[in-house]
Amino acid sequence: MVSPVCSKQIGVLHKRFKQLSHNEETLRRDHFNEIDDLAFNPIRAQIIEAFFDRRNFHQNGEGKVQEIGFEEFVVVMSHFRPPSAHMTEEQRGKTRREKLRFLFNMHDTDNDGIITLEEYRHVVEELLSRSGTLEKETAKCIADAAMLEVASISVGHMEPDEFYEGITFEHFLKLLERFEIESRMIIRFLNMDTTTLCK
Amino acid sequence: MDPIRRSSTLRLTGLLCLLFLVFFSRGFASHDVVSEKSSGTTQEDSRSQANSTAHKKTFPVLSFNYEHVRTPFEISLWILLALFMKLGFHIIPTVSHIVPESCLLIFVGLLVGGIIKATGEQPPILDSNLFFLYLLPPIILDAGYFLPMRPFTENIGTILMFAMVGTLWNVFFIGGMMYAVCQIDAAKLAHVDLLSCLLFGSIISAVDPVSVLAVFEEIHINELLHILVFGESLLNDAVTVVLYHLFKEFAHEQAITVTGAVLGVISFFVVSLGGVMVGVIYGIVGAFTSRFTSYSRVIEPLFVFLYSYMAYLSAEIFHLSGIMSLIACGVIMRPYVEANISHKSYTTVKYFLKMWSSVSDTLIFIFLGVSTVAGPHTWNWIFVIFTVIFCLVSRVLGVIGLTAFMNKFRIVKLTKKDQFIIAYGGLRGAIAFSLGFLLNNNEIKNLFLTAIITVIFFTVFVQGMTIRPLVELLAVKKKKESKESINEEIHTQFLDHLLTGIEDICGHYGHHHWKDKLNRFNKTYVKRWLIAGERSTEPQLISFYNKMELKQAMMMVESGSAAKLPTIVSTVSIRNVQAKGSPKPSRAISKSREEEIRRVLRANLQNTRQRLRSYSRYELLNDALEDDISEARFRKQKEMERRMSHYLTVPANRQETPPVRKVFFQQEHKVYTYDDSESPRGRASPSCADDVSELKETPEKPDQSSTPRANRDAELKPKEQDDQGDQLKVSRCLSDPGPNPEDDEDSTFLP
Repeated sequence: MVSPVCSKQIGVLHKRFKQLSHNEETLRRDHFNEIDDLAFNPIRAQIIEAFFDRRNFHQNGEGKVQEIGFEEFVVVMSHFRPPSAHMTEEQRGKTRREKLRFLFNMHDTDNDGIITLEEYRHVVEELLSRSGTLEKETAKCIADAAMLEVASISVGHMEPDEFYEGITFEHFLKLLERFEIESRMIIRFLNMDTTTLCK
Repeated sequence: MDPIRRSSTLRLTGLLCLLFLVFFSRGFASHDVVSEKSSGTTQEDSRSQANSTAHKKTFPVLSFNYEHVRTPFEISLWILLALFMKLGFHIIPTVSHIVPESCLLIFVGLLVGGIIKATGEQPPILDSNLFFLYLLPPIILDAGYFLPMRPFTENIGTILMFAMVGTLWNVFFIGGMMYAVCQIDAAKLAHVDLLSCLLFGSIISAVDPVSVLAVFEEIHINELLHILVFGESLLNDAVTVVLYHLFKEFAHEQAITVTGAVLGVISFFVVSLGGVMVGVIYGIVGAFTSRFTSYSRVIEPLFVFLYSYMAYLSAEIFHLSGIMSLIACGVIMRPYVEANISHKSYTTVKYFLKMWSSVSDTLIFIFLGVSTVAGPHTWNWIFVIFTVIFCLVSRVLGVIGLTAFMNKFRIVKLTKKDQFIIAYGGLRGAIAFSLGFLLNNNEIKNLFLTAIITVIFFTVFVQGMTIRPLVELLAVKKKKESKESINEEIHTQFLDHLLTGIEDICGHYGHHHWKDKLNRFNKTYVKRWLIAGERSTEPQLISFYNKMELKQAMMMVESGSAAKLPTIVSTVSIRNVQAKGSPKPSRAISKSREEEIRRVLRANLQNTRQRLRSYSRYELLNDALEDDISEARFRKQKEMERRMSHYLTVPANRQETPPVRKVFFQQEHKVYTYDDSESPRGRASPSCADDVSELKETPEKPDQSSTPRANRDAELKPKEQDDQGDQLKVSRCLSDPGPNPEDDEDSTFLP
């Protein structure tokens, strides 16, 4: 389990939750759409979806919800906790899995546990969507190359008529094992000051 | 047996060359005698030859005039010596494994200096002007241009802390302690006052980038530690410059005033920020210039070098930090210049920088050795020993203290091992020596110089030699073999956007937010001005992808007949990845891309004389406009090639195991331009038969403008006819065992 968010941070997050939801009890997707800064983000749709994805709530649920309460908000945010100073190797491994699981869920939109070529293509297209040049061909090409790489790393040898279904979670872990995600995928909550909270 | 004999022969040759060079240089140092003698002989010869009136000077058939070329000749000799030494150390593997190159070079310098002195000549001293203006800039530029930006910016806080606060601490600690030492009666150093000691401290405390680079490059330590020590060595130049000039000025007045101290602080900001600004200005101008260099590609590298050098010199005019200016210029210029210049120019820049910095580095160490032999020395046991001790102590204390402070703010904390390596890697080098050399000539100067040289020797020899076994002993993380992975790049970008988005949701303007803002600003405004053509809108992912493709294509072309395997060793093909029955995307290959592909493949294939599998779609023409085609399309070309290579045709009826090569080389031309890809022959199996038929088509029917052909550029057609003579033979992939009845191995594929 990712280490729990401490009480001071919960206070700050609560303030933000209230601000986003206009003092209601739950957040909906349109609340997220109101955040101006997100407008420039090429993957905003996927980020917003991640908040409403039951798989990220640590309750082994599946599917999507339409609105979330504060508890779910905090749970999703907890994926971005920095690792605590003294962590055993096992804890570090668990944190890695958590974070990579979050990423995996973001890619695997149809919830079947595998990132297919189509889904991966969609990811790359979204990344390039704000570049101005809608080069769908290039995006496809890059996605294909990436899939090829995953297949080569994970499976190695395949018969010509075998078909690589898609990236499973295990393959995903192997793919990004050099990525040091536990130190990269973090937000520093501690420095948050309510006066700098944007709209 | 053979390599040993070879290496010993080479060693002997190297030694002989060395001696030869040394005697040459010594000989020419006493040129006056020689030239007089020889001119005397010539005259005698001519007189004896003349047979005519003695007062008429006969035409000298062969004369000796060394003065004419003396300076460049001697410079060349020194550089040659340096290069031979470098070669020699790499040929002899055993020694270079234990002793770092810098130590050996200093030793050679000592030897050469000793030989020169033994013959009664005055050995040349490392002139400060020579050092600061000619020897140092290439090394710094090389470092700055290839500075890995991501780890640098991620650790910038720590680096600045070490560079600024750490160096300040070192200066005052060493200066103060040495003053205390000087008060000891036994030392007989009472004439050394506080200011001089502080001046000495400021010279000796800066970590030297040249030495750090020289030693750290060989131990392949992990990126974080490397960038920390190296970044510190680069950025502490500002502190060193300010303090050095400050104390030098004060040494005249013999007192430090409060205003003086305040001015010193202000001066520090001016020096560092001013230097950076000068570098940024030159960098932007350089990037802007490179936008137009497509008209004359061969001079592109010169622009890079000259702008950077001007940045350094301009900063030095105002006594600003030249090193920071150089680094800033290289860093700013690099992304834009690389997008604009040709691939060949990029390679040229890279190799020239490496070459110059390597030569500089070698020369610096040799001269250090020679200067040691040359210079007047005042050896004072107490002073020297205490200097060495205090340098070590202050470094250790400084690192420990600063790490304890910085770890509060760092995500990835620095462990004790890291701290030890950082402390141990604080090497001093030639900058300290040159600064010391610039001091006013008095007795204290010799004292200081001796101490400085001792510290340098100690750090380079002792610390340099022992750091490698210590790294092994402490099991410090080594540099990871970075294989470029498109997946990692995709996820790096994905993560950047994700974290920015989360920060926005949290309402927290963290550094991802600002980085994203900077990137967007860069993309919308800066890139448009500084990058030529369509590259300006190319997203980073695509650039990365093209670059990767480029590398892999070059690698596969270069590996030629060698059995070097490409990075991905597998038999997985794109066929395995794509869904069965998914419609093949129709590709609209632009004309320019085709051209590029053709050109590069032709160039490469002609060079390596490869016999490749069907390259039907790559009609390589003997294009007279080769040099004019924009290199910018070269990269897209690579993308194209890679795309092609993805579509493997691994027909079911093939007996042989698909060689690894096939991952890259085989083409499936169903995905080629024209939709009506029927050839007159039937397309029974999606295989090389198709390739072959396609191929056969073209040589046999060159005049026929078959419908598919007509869809493509008409200009190609006449050229194809012309160049059939030059066509490369197409054949199977090198690893293919034997002729396949389907394949026609004599079908030519058009260059």
